[in-house]
Amino acid sequence: MAEIVLENLSKSFGNTVGVENISMTIPDGAFVVLLGPTGAGKTTALRLVAGLEMPDQGDVQMNGQSVLALNPAQRDVTMVFQQYSLYPHLTVRENMAFPLRSPLLKTPQEEIDRRIKEVAEVLHIEHKLENKATELSGGEMQRVAIGRALVRDPNIYLMDEPLSSLDAKLRAELRVELKRIHQNLGATLLYVTHDQVEAMSMATHVGVLQDGKLVQFGSPREIYENPVSQYVAERLGSPRINVMPADLFGGAPKGAITIGLRPEHIVQGSGGIKGRINRVEHLGDHTRIHLSLSGNDLIAVMDPHNPVSHGDILAISPQNPIFFDANGIRIQ
Amino acid sequence: MNNFSVTTASRPQKVIASILVALYALITLMPLIWIIMTGFKSSSDAIAYPPKVIFTPSLEGYVNLFTSQTRLTSEQIATTPPPEAWYDKLVHSHQMVIVGPSRFGQRFLNSVIIGFGSTFLSVFLGTLAAYAFSRFKVPIKEDLMFFILSTRMMPPIAAAIPIFLMFRELGLSDTKLGMILLYTGVNLSLAVWLLKGFIDEIPFEYEEAALIDGYTRFQAFYKVVLPQAATGIASTAIFCLIFAWNEYAFAVLLTSGNAQTAPPFIPTIIGFGGLDWPAVAAGTTIFLIPIMIFTILLRKHLLSGITFGAVRK
Repeated sequence: MAEIVLENLSKSFGNTVGVENISMTIPDGAFVVLLGPTGAGKTTALRLVAGLEMPDQGDVQMNGQSVLALNPAQRDVTMVFQQYSLYPHLTVRENMAFPLRSPLLKTPQEEIDRRIKEVAEVLHIEHKLENKATELSGGEMQRVAIGRALVRDPNIYLMDEPLSSLDAKLRAELRVELKRIHQNLGATLLYVTHDQVEAMSMATHVGVLQDGKLVQFGSPREIYENPVSQYVAERLGSPRINVMPADLFGGAPKGAITIGLRPEHIVQGSGGIKGRINRVEHLGDHTRIHLSLSGNDLIAVMDPHNPVSHGDILAISPQNPIFFDANGIRIQ
Repeated sequence: MNNFSVTTASRPQKVIASILVALYALITLMPLIWIIMTGFKSSSDAIAYPPKVIFTPSLEGYVNLFTSQTRLTSEQIATTPPPEAWYDKLVHSHQMVIVGPSRFGQRFLNSVIIGFGSTFLSVFLGTLAAYAFSRFKVPIKEDLMFFILSTRMMPPIAAAIPIFLMFRELGLSDTKLGMILLYTGVNLSLAVWLLKGFIDEIPFEYEEAALIDGYTRFQAFYKVVLPQAATGIASTAIFCLIFAWNEYAFAVLLTSGNAQTAPPFIPTIIGFGGLDWPAVAAGTTIFLIPIMIFTILLRKHLLSGITFGAVRK
């Protein structure tokens, strides 16, 4: 395990910006999640750390040493690809043994067997070990791909949306498992996702990327509660933060164009502003209320036993509002 | 089930399909069957008119193919001891005697060396070139690929005279090395194009995964790309071997005593009193065997090599 430093890292592909001037320190043992929509540069950042791409400028350091001159093998990293990339001509067992048998590691056979057994149990793929990689379902392939990374003890684990094609139950299970592996091994992870639950539940640090730039880096809580911009605020939280004209509730600071309100920060019945309920979703542990407020649609999260129903008029007041200027930058 | 199922054939459909296949097989296999039969006929049966379909099998053709014989005078027959081995007896009945092996064995060996040698070289160089064209930024790649293809745009024999002169100057005339180089030159364009297609189909992600897994670029090529390109390599090898094995015109032009292959040799097997048809047919039959074995051995790859990759697209 190691501390990884990205320093002013830039990479373009022709006219397309991959990442632009990213600086970030991934502390030893951290679980860093990169958030951002498609095309924000998340995968490019991973590939730069892995050594699959060379930066146009900037540096990647591991344990204080620049690794730009090293090839992916020498950097001692593992990567779980979004497309799995299991070797189709090998069995599951051979796929997982492949990195251990590399000329760099040359792991003895008993050690290979032991590690594969351990990891296969964690990922529930023991019964598939002798199958060809092509004979697996999508979810199984993804688990084997994760397994191929977990058998090693690298400087850093790089994961590119590793849970994206699993069903909800397995995804929840593996989230817990990855978190446990992170804590037990003290592993350093750089993890790409656009799933905010993954980010919030596993990360020690979250980096939000926008058009190749790192716009905010901090703990998940910090990102959620103190977003630097509307863009960042919209990356975390489900349902999304409600964004409305700033003057809707009054009291907007100078220059504010929009107000952001988390669904749980819309409080019922204490203000003079009234909204009409368009829809009520009873989700068991909470209730989502879709409101129409002076022509703006917003979603509020409320107590599950709230006796409101479709068509009711509801008085609401905002709590912890966040204001943004014309460029979507937060006004403190 | 409806009447228009695309997966299950109805009984009449199966019967019609079987008849068509059998008919096609019969038409295409007829010349082959005739050649094999002729190899087991006696000289007189082979040229009988109307042609004989039912005949007494004889190994005369095979004996004539592999041996060199000379005719005996009546006195010589009287003085030589009676033959013991079956082939000696067979030859003796025609008033001949075996004086040694024929040149067929050596010609056949030449064919094997030149055919397999040029196939190996074509596939080896072709795989490396195709990999480079598929994966690397090669300057003027499109033009180079077109140039490689353009070498196929005229029949190779059209360049016969320049090649003949070149071979003479370089001392490659009538050498196995010369023929291997020539056939490799002709086959290489096919090999590069075919293999590039196959390698293009192998996602680059596999190699990236191997690089991350601790392997060098070459090891990734060797351990990940090659096994997956086995199908392409096998089919390319078969095409290359068939060309080199069957090539006639250049073999006639450029080889004689030393490096002559079987194709120009077989039709020159002349017995006493004209072309020895059973021996020619026997030579052709034997000549077919290696390529059949090669194709059957590689058939597994041709059929099973089509893998649905474990890369999500």
